[in-house]
Amino acid sequence: MATWFHQSLVAATLLAMAAASQAIAANECATGHTLTEGRLTVATGNPAYPPWVMNDAPQSGEGFESAIAYAVAERMGFDKSAVDWVRTSFDEAIQPGEKNFDFNLQQYSIKPERLEVIDFSTPYYTTTMAVVVKEGSAAAATEPTASGLKKLKFGAAAGTTSQPFLAKELQPEQDMLLYDDNADVVAAISANQIDAIVFDLPSALFVTAVQLDGGKLLGQFPVENNESPDNFGLLMAKGSALKPCVDAAIESLAADGTLKQIESQWLADGAGVPVIDMSK
Amino acid sequence: MTPRQRYEQSERRRSVIVAAVSLAAVGAVLAWLVPMAPGWEAVKRSFFNWPILVKTFPTLLKAFMLDVMIFAWSLPLIIVLALVIALCRNVRSAALFPLRVFGAFYTDIFRGVPTILLVYLIGFGIPGLGLPRPWNSPYLWGTVALVLTYSAYVAEVLRSGIESVHASQRSAAHSLGLSEADTMRYVVLPQAIRRQIPAMMNFVIALQKDVALLSFIGPVELLRQANVYKSLMANFTPYVGAAIIFLCVTIPATRYTDHLLAKQRAQRS
Amino acid sequence: MTRSNDELPASARAVPESLVNELPRLRLESVSKCFDEVTVCDQITLDIAVGEMLCLIGASGSGKSTLLRCLNLLEPVDDGRIWLDNTEISIPGLDPGPVRKRIGIVFQSFNLFPHMTVMDNITLAPKRVLQQEPEQAQSVARTLLAQFGLEDKAKEYPDRLSGGQQQRVAIVRALAMKPEVMLLDEITSALDPELVGEVLDVVRALKGQGMTIVLATHEMSFAREVADRVCFLDKGKVVEVAPPEVMFSNPAQQRTQQFLRRVLQQ
Repeated sequence: MATWFHQSLVAATLLAMAAASQAIAANECATGHTLTEGRLTVATGNPAYPPWVMNDAPQSGEGFESAIAYAVAERMGFDKSAVDWVRTSFDEAIQPGEKNFDFNLQQYSIKPERLEVIDFSTPYYTTTMAVVVKEGSAAAATEPTASGLKKLKFGAAAGTTSQPFLAKELQPEQDMLLYDDNADVVAAISANQIDAIVFDLPSALFVTAVQLDGGKLLGQFPVENNESPDNFGLLMAKGSALKPCVDAAIESLAADGTLKQIESQWLADGAGVPVIDMSK
Repeated sequence: MTPRQRYEQSERRRSVIVAAVSLAAVGAVLAWLVPMAPGWEAVKRSFFNWPILVKTFPTLLKAFMLDVMIFAWSLPLIIVLALVIALCRNVRSAALFPLRVFGAFYTDIFRGVPTILLVYLIGFGIPGLGLPRPWNSPYLWGTVALVLTYSAYVAEVLRSGIESVHASQRSAAHSLGLSEADTMRYVVLPQAIRRQIPAMMNFVIALQKDVALLSFIGPVELLRQANVYKSLMANFTPYVGAAIIFLCVTIPATRYTDHLLAKQRAQRS
Repeated sequence: MTRSNDELPASARAVPESLVNELPRLRLESVSKCFDEVTVCDQITLDIAVGEMLCLIGASGSGKSTLLRCLNLLEPVDDGRIWLDNTEISIPGLDPGPVRKRIGIVFQSFNLFPHMTVMDNITLAPKRVLQQEPEQAQSVARTLLAQFGLEDKAKEYPDRLSGGQQQRVAIVRALAMKPEVMLLDEITSALDPELVGEVLDVVRALKGQGMTIVLATHEMSFAREVADRVCFLDKGKVVEVAPPEVMFSNPAQQRTQQFLRRVLQQ
């Protein structure tokens, strides 16, 4: 009995110490570096779109990026109640001056050109670009090859890296049309003003499944052909002292398979989507 | 040179020197103060980034050609439609009263709706009806939206020009046996248009900038191209580049308008 | 006196018996014109013979100008009838174009078209209304300009001319339509005194050519010199019509005497 009690006490103490030390270690990394002491401020878009954030409610933890944010926070030593959400546009995220967030996630691609004014974490997700067409349109019959796709009239959301990507990798024959957001691009393809849309693969999967009536995924670009596969990173102020802690958190999530698990929970599997043959 | 002329010349020279010195002083103070702001380095990196400007400027300039083209085909359409609307608002015969109502209605509606809204509604709405290509082109319907808005404004300018031509000019034309239409065409309109050219130039300048609104419905013109570069590079310098390009066109146009106005004032006095 | 009236509508060609034998160029029967409540022309009855020069005199606001504008159909009459030769021109709804071709009017303030050269001012109506070829219209204009000493002004814009020159151009512009009647409305009132003479010379020349002229004027000495008859209007009514030698030396009406005494004293 005594032994059991003793053993239990020791175990409990050890557990408590372990937990405490882990918490202290994590908190030490972030201590004094967050916007508000003891709290983590995370930014997302306004509005935030599924499947990244479900129902425009990031605090629910539902949606890929919302789940990622809470997982990163947890590894940094902030429990769910210590996370505050704010909203920013892309322009607010990159403007010089004080940031109103600790990190910002809304499918920001890590691009070398961007690193002059902001910092990115290690990637939390890697994807590629995909082409969406309308079922029943002439474009729907296009072969998923470079030569076939070249002939289409493309549209995309302007804030994304779709246009520079297409201009470099595919060089379409017709001028692209660009829009403010996904809703406008979808309106444009519905009105037959464009043949095809370029999205990142998860957005493409979501749009074809939910937003666009009769949407069809024509294909995804091969990752190896893409000069750098589209890597999403958490955006931070240039020289943010938080970066090592955020990077460590993401690496730890990747190492124990949590990232993969969140991904499979919220993002549709793109494995079945044909890969575009860039050699033809 | 008379003593009076000599005196006036020296006064002129003196005021030019005073103006130049004060301008230089203000410039120097600004150039000295602004970099002292703590955020200046960051602002410089984000807004006045020379390597980014050099890299993006040629493409921006190319994108601007699209603005120039939209402007070039919109302007004549605007003038023609504005003329028609102004004439509608000016018909006097009772039988054509519905035309007057139409003209008034038209100017009320299209001056009352923000241009960007009209570009959205027409640029997305009408192609959404299911028109086949190329009749659903955003260029086409975006242009229609610009033409509708601007012709409403220009029609009002023309109408007030027509009303400013003195009744005695109409009387003189009528007394010579000229018809209503000939009186308008040869006597009233030429004077109205001439009188209103400076006012219309202001709309021409505004149109030069508003063609960029078409970027909202797809076309990748200057503003949109700058927007793409801004996203790609996370840097606002391409916007500054776009502003420079717009200024290169609008400043001369504005100066020219002022010159026309000054000339007109001189003629009147 | 026969005249082709082909361009006038059939309804305008009815000729009353009383007019068949003695045809004045212009006949006014009880012509009245009101602006709102004010009667500006009140029951005016007048005949103007072919080649006659009638001077209208009277104070400002007596209805001289309005009467001339009614004759040119710039103002519709409210009551009464106007005949041009054997044609009634006061019919409501009548196309004023053909009438205006035959009756020219010149205004106090010239009303030249400021955006056109003198030549264009003169040739516009002949080209558009009479369908003359440009060369023909220009040669007519040049002849008229030369006649009135303006041959070197054809390419000038009106604002480069003196008031007297502008008024002479306005007269030439009206004459280029080859009218049968000229209405001259205070054509010297807006001119500096030293420029009045050159315009009055033009009127003398017109009379010499046998033009039928109705002249509203304040120039009593000129009226006395050139008028065949003088008509005194007061408050829109014809008070007295008489040859100038009677009107200016021995007017029948007391109101005429008062008016003339007042203006001649000045």
